[in-house]
Amino acid sequence: MEPSTQKLIHTFGALADLGQEIAGTGDFTEMVRTSLHLLLGTLALRRGAVAECIQEGSLRCVAVWGVGDDTLREWTISQAEMRELLDANASECLVKHSDKGFISRNHSGLTDAGIELVLPMIVRGEVTGLVLLGGKASGEDFSNADFDTIRAMVRHIGVGIHTHRLLEQVAQRAEENHRLYEELRAIYRDTVRAFAAAIDIKDKYTQGHSERVGRYSEIIAREMGWSEQEVEGIQIAGYLHDIGKLIVDRDIINAPYHIDAKQSSDLNRHPAAGYEILSPINHPYADIPLMAKYHHERLDGRGYPDGLTDEQIPMGAKIVSLADSFDAMTTDRPYRRRRSFEDVVRDLRQNTGTQFDGKVVSAFARAIFKEVNGEMKKRPITKMLGKGYLEGENVPTLLSDLIAELENGMRRVTSAGSE
Amino acid sequence: MDKPIGGLVRSHCVGTTAVVYASDYLNKLTGEKIERECRRQLDSGCRGLVIDFSDTQLVNSIGISILLGIIDIAEKNGARVVFSEVNGQTAALFEMLGLTRHVLLAKDEREALLNLSNYETPQIVH
Repeated sequence: MEPSTQKLIHTFGALADLGQEIAGTGDFTEMVRTSLHLLLGTLALRRGAVAECIQEGSLRCVAVWGVGDDTLREWTISQAEMRELLDANASECLVKHSDKGFISRNHSGLTDAGIELVLPMIVRGEVTGLVLLGGKASGEDFSNADFDTIRAMVRHIGVGIHTHRLLEQVAQRAEENHRLYEELRAIYRDTVRAFAAAIDIKDKYTQGHSERVGRYSEIIAREMGWSEQEVEGIQIAGYLHDIGKLIVDRDIINAPYHIDAKQSSDLNRHPAAGYEILSPINHPYADIPLMAKYHHERLDGRGYPDGLTDEQIPMGAKIVSLADSFDAMTTDRPYRRRRSFEDVVRDLRQNTGTQFDGKVVSAFARAIFKEVNGEMKKRPITKMLGKGYLEGENVPTLLSDLIAELENGMRRVTSAGSE
Repeated sequence: MDKPIGGLVRSHCVGTTAVVYASDYLNKLTGEKIERECRRQLDSGCRGLVIDFSDTQLVNSIGISILLGIIDIAEKNGARVVFSEVNGQTAALFEMLGLTRHVLLAKDEREALLNLSNYETPQIVH
């Protein structure tokens, strides 16, 4: 093979490797180090360094080869010196007879380090750093072809460094944005919880109700396989489902007896009022106003405010509805004590298909069963219901029977639908 | 005795000369391992380095740069470097790039050791 052909193949191989290295997303310093090796190895240069402009007038070596690490560390360069290098051709950047400001100012240091050529890395008309190169192992002077090769590779390295720095900045900003977003979400959640507490304060008998409905809704949604984002959303909906009660007279909410028709009508305005309050807010989760509006709808169409039926009711509203009813049944009210768990299960069984959705009841029963059965590390439902409430001997059986019944029922409905 | 380093670099010592075996493709990964092994040998007192290329098919630009670095370190340590069993294509590349101004290319390891022995007295093989 002709030496010129072999040199060409060697150079092309190095350029291909350099392109691959620069396009990679690996470690920045390693990328620069490898790029320097490729440049040095292409022309068999014995030493070299790559220095990056870190701030106005300041250069820092990113990679060094064949020169003591301390020899080339930090440099300063003025704007005028940069402009000079920007306009210089490669042969004018040879240390031994350059009159360029930066080179002549650092002449002895560069010579002592064995540096023979200093070239600027130029990206979009700006000097982004310098490449400092030693002489050829062959002892020959640089040829014009060598300058062309070096220029091309230095341009590549400059673009590579610039791109990596830009990507770093983008990643840093994305991380910062993500952190700010998380902070905002936390602030939003805390605000919503504070709001929920404020709603519940209005009703002296149901303190903590909104918080519990939020937690039950979250547990049911997770059991139903919802995504974390959706689970967070329904938890918020649970916290805010009764926000419309803010416009209902406190005396009606706190009435220690069954309320009359007029009062009932006033009270029943709260889901629609909640929707009105929540709609103008740009929530980070979908459908929160609708879940508040429809949490008193029933599958049989006898609910309010719109008398929707099964498929018309959003699944989120069905979940909040069950969570709301469950909490109402399992907490003391002004006119009655809370119901036993056996009684609650009976109610759920009776009202599934008319008031509650079977899939939602089944998911909730499974979640409770997992806690009762010791399958869960944390037991939030047990904690909310208080000591002893789920400790009856018949609780696991009540739940497993309910689950089996609901799942068989659902299978029957599914197979009937497919016939 | 051959000492595999990192599963890739074999080496052994003959007196104060270390013989280091390059792998089939001398690139960044393998080059850096060879460089580390050469540094280690020089640090432990070797004053001659034989780099054996009998398994080496190809040397890329990074390989060249690393070999120049090894030559540099050896010179600074007052040591000499000989390359042995370099294939024709790689020998032509070394010649073209001027590496042969700094190292001798020996036909085989024996010739390389013989060459270096002109500069030192071989001791017992260990």
